[in-house]
Amino acid sequence: MENNRRNFLKFAGVTVLGLGSLSLLDGLTSDDVIASAGQTSAEEIYKKGANALTAKRWGMVVDTRIITAAICRKMENACHQTHNVPDHANKRHEIKWIWDTEYKHAFPEKTDLFLAERFEHLPIPVFCNHCANPPCVQACPTQATFQRADGLVLMDFHRCIGCRFCMAACPYGSRSFNFRDPREAIKNENPEFPTRMKGVVEKCNFCAERLAVGKEPACVEASDGALIFGDLEDPQSEIRKLLKENYAIRRKQNLGTNPSVYYIV
Amino acid sequence: MLDKALKGSKSYWIWIFVLLGVIGTGFTFYLKQLDFGLGITGMSRDVTWGFYIAQFTFLVGVAASAVMLVIPYYLHNYKAFGRIMIMGEFLAISSMIMCILFIIADLGQPMRLLNVLLYPTPHSMLFWDMIVLSGYLLINLVVSWNVLDAERNSVPPAKWLKPIIYLSVPWAISIHTVTAYLYCGLPGRGFWLTAILAPRFLASAFAGGPAFLILLCLIVRRVTNFDPGREQIQSLSKVVVYGSIANMFFFLCEVFVAMYSQIPEHLDHLQYLFFGLHGHGVLVPWMWTAMALIVSGIILLLIPAARKNEAVLAVACAFTFIGIWIDKGMGMVAGGFVPNPLHEVNEYFPTFPEVMIAVAVYGTGFLILTILYKVFVGVKEELAA
Amino acid sequence: MNDKPKIIIGLAIFVAVFTFPIWYNRGAAAPAPEVKLSEKAKAAKQCVRDTDYMRKEHMQLLDGWRDRTVRDAMRVYEVNGKEYVASLSNTCMDCHSNKADFCDKCHNYVSVDPYCWNCHTYPKEEKK
Repeated sequence: MENNRRNFLKFAGVTVLGLGSLSLLDGLTSDDVIASAGQTSAEEIYKKGANALTAKRWGMVVDTRIITAAICRKMENACHQTHNVPDHANKRHEIKWIWDTEYKHAFPEKTDLFLAERFEHLPIPVFCNHCANPPCVQACPTQATFQRADGLVLMDFHRCIGCRFCMAACPYGSRSFNFRDPREAIKNENPEFPTRMKGVVEKCNFCAERLAVGKEPACVEASDGALIFGDLEDPQSEIRKLLKENYAIRRKQNLGTNPSVYYIV
Repeated sequence: MLDKALKGSKSYWIWIFVLLGVIGTGFTFYLKQLDFGLGITGMSRDVTWGFYIAQFTFLVGVAASAVMLVIPYYLHNYKAFGRIMIMGEFLAISSMIMCILFIIADLGQPMRLLNVLLYPTPHSMLFWDMIVLSGYLLINLVVSWNVLDAERNSVPPAKWLKPIIYLSVPWAISIHTVTAYLYCGLPGRGFWLTAILAPRFLASAFAGGPAFLILLCLIVRRVTNFDPGREQIQSLSKVVVYGSIANMFFFLCEVFVAMYSQIPEHLDHLQYLFFGLHGHGVLVPWMWTAMALIVSGIILLLIPAARKNEAVLAVACAFTFIGIWIDKGMGMVAGGFVPNPLHEVNEYFPTFPEVMIAVAVYGTGFLILTILYKVFVGVKEELAA
Repeated sequence: MNDKPKIIIGLAIFVAVFTFPIWYNRGAAAPAPEVKLSEKAKAAKQCVRDTDYMRKEHMQLLDGWRDRTVRDAMRVYEVNGKEYVASLSNTCMDCHSNKADFCDKCHNYVSVDPYCWNCHTYPKEEKK
C-alpha cells in the first residue's frame, strides 16, 4: 500500500509539472494497483533473512602488503564467476566488476616521480567504491542506481534505461555497459544469480545477494586475507581496528565522494 | 496550413524522396542497433558517449539560437527580423526533434524511456534537461504556428502569445544551460568541470545557429519566390561574428587556465585533443581544422567588404558552422572522456553504422524543416499574390 | 467539390483495415491453454498464494518481490505464516521447472513477452 501511495504521489508530481498528457495514464495505473491491493486478503510481510549480515555502512579495506597478482586473479575469477560477468573478446564491449591496475592508474593524482619501488608494478585491485556521496546516484535520471541505507550503491537492472550518465559521473571508471547481449559470452553460468540484458549498466554490488544470506563478498573470501570487509560505522569492527593501526588512502579523496574502500599502503 | 506542403514542384518532391530514402537507409542500421545493442557503435567502456550525444549537444545550441531573433525583434523592436522570425523558430523545432531522436538513439533500453517520467528524479540533470527541452519544443510550436496563422489571415497575433514569447527568451537560455550542466557538474571529468561551459555553449550556439540560418536564407532565396532580405542576412552575420568571437574568447580563457595552472586533470584533455597524448591523437587533425575554420570565419566576417559579399558570407558561415560542429560535437564529448578516470588513453571514433544512424536523424530533421519552410514560404507567396 | 464517393471508399477501407483483427479471427478463437504442472508443483498442492490469485496477480507479486529484494534488501516474503525467498529463478522456477509448459503457454496465448528470462535463468533441461 505504501508503495502504491508513493507511486501515486510521484505520478501526481509529474502531472503537476505540466505533463498533462500523462494524467490519463496515471489515473488508469494507480486505480489498477489500488484495486488489486484491495483484493488481497492475505497478510504479506517482507523482511530480511534471519542470517543476513547488516551494517550501518559497509566498507572494505584492501591490504596492499598482502596483495599479489595471483590473489588478484583469484578474486577477479570469484567475482566474475559468481555474478555471471561476461568475457567479451572485443575490448570495447568489456565488462568488469573488479580488476587490478597499476598504482599510477588507481591513484593518478598521487603519482610520484620517486615512488616506493614496491608500488611500481604492484597490482592494485579496484572496484566500485560505494561512495557515501555517490555522483552516479546523483546523475541517474530514473533512480535505477541508488544508495541503500547500509551504504551500498546498487543497480536496479529492471529500471536502467541505458543512458550511461552514471558512467560519465563515476570518477573511478567502475561501471560497465552491456554493449551487447552478455549471455553468449558467459562460459559457466551461475544459476543462482541473474545475468544482465543488453543496454544496461552494471558494476560491483559488494555482493548484496551474499550478504543477505550471511556470506561475505566473494572477492573477500578468495583474497587470502588481502581484503577485509566490515562496518565502517562500528568502532569495534575489524576494519576500523585495521584503519586505526595502519595508514590507509582512498582513491581521489579530493573529489568529496567519500569512498568506502580504503587501501593500506 | 499544412496542405501547402502537399503542393510543390518536381524538385521539391525529389528532395523529399531523397530525404525519405536517407531516413529509410539509416533506419535499417537503427534496427540493427536495436537488435545487437550499442556495440555496433565506436563507444566503449571508457568513452561512453559519442557521436549521438555530440550531435545532441550541438543541436540544442542550434535550437537555442532562435532567441537571437526573438530578442532584437520583440525586446528591441528591430522590425527587420519579423520577416524571418518564423524561419528561426521552425529551425528550432526541427533541431529539437533531432535532439530528442539522438537521445533515443543513444539509449541502451529505449523502450524504457518513460521511466524518466515514471520515477521523476530532481537531483538528476537529465530529468531537468528533458523538461526544458520538451517545454522549448512546445513553446516554439505554439508560437510559430499561431504567429504564422495570424500573418496569413492578416490579423495581429493573439495577445496571449506575448507572455509565451517573452518566456521563450529565458527558456532558450535554459535549454543550453541545463545541457551544459549535464557535463560540468561531474566531479571526475576535468575537461568539463568548468563554470564557463554553459556560457561557452551559448556563445558557440549564437554563432553556429545564426550561421546556419543565413545559409538557409540564401537557399530559400534561390529556390523560392520569397526573399528573406538582405538587411536581415547582414544583421544575422553580425550576430554570428559576435557569437563566434565570444566563443573563442571563452575557449582561450579555458586554455589559459589549463595551461598556466598546469593541473594535469585539466591540461591532459586539451593536450590529447590538440597534440595527442601518449601517442594517441585521432582527433588532432580534426581539432586544428575546426580552429582554422572558426578563425577564418571570424576574419571573413569582421571585414565589412567581405561580409557584404554574399558569396563570401556563405563561405564564412559554412566555415563557422562546420568548425563549431567539430569542436563542440566530437571534441567536447570525446575530449572529456580521454584520458579516462584511471588516466588510460582509449580513443573513440564513430563507426559506419553509427554515422548512418546519425545521418538518418539529420534526414528526419531536414524533412521536418523542409515541410515547415514550405508552409512558411507558401504563406508568404499567398500574401504576396 | 464532389468528393463524396472518394470519401466513402476511403472510410470503408479504413474501417475494414481497422477492424481486421476482429473479422479475421471470427469464430476461430483459440481455446485457452491448459497449463501443465511439474511433479514438484503438483506435490506441493499450494503455491505461495492461492491459485486464483497467482493466476491473476502473479506479475504484481513478482513486481513486489523484485522491488523489495533489489531496492530494500528485503529478500524474504512471508505470507500466512510461511516464508519464501523472494526469487524468480531460485523459488518460482525451482517448483515450476517446466517453463515451456507452464509460463510460455499462457504468455504466448495472451501474446505477452515478459523479459524476465533475458536475465533470470531457468532450469537447464528446459533449454531447447
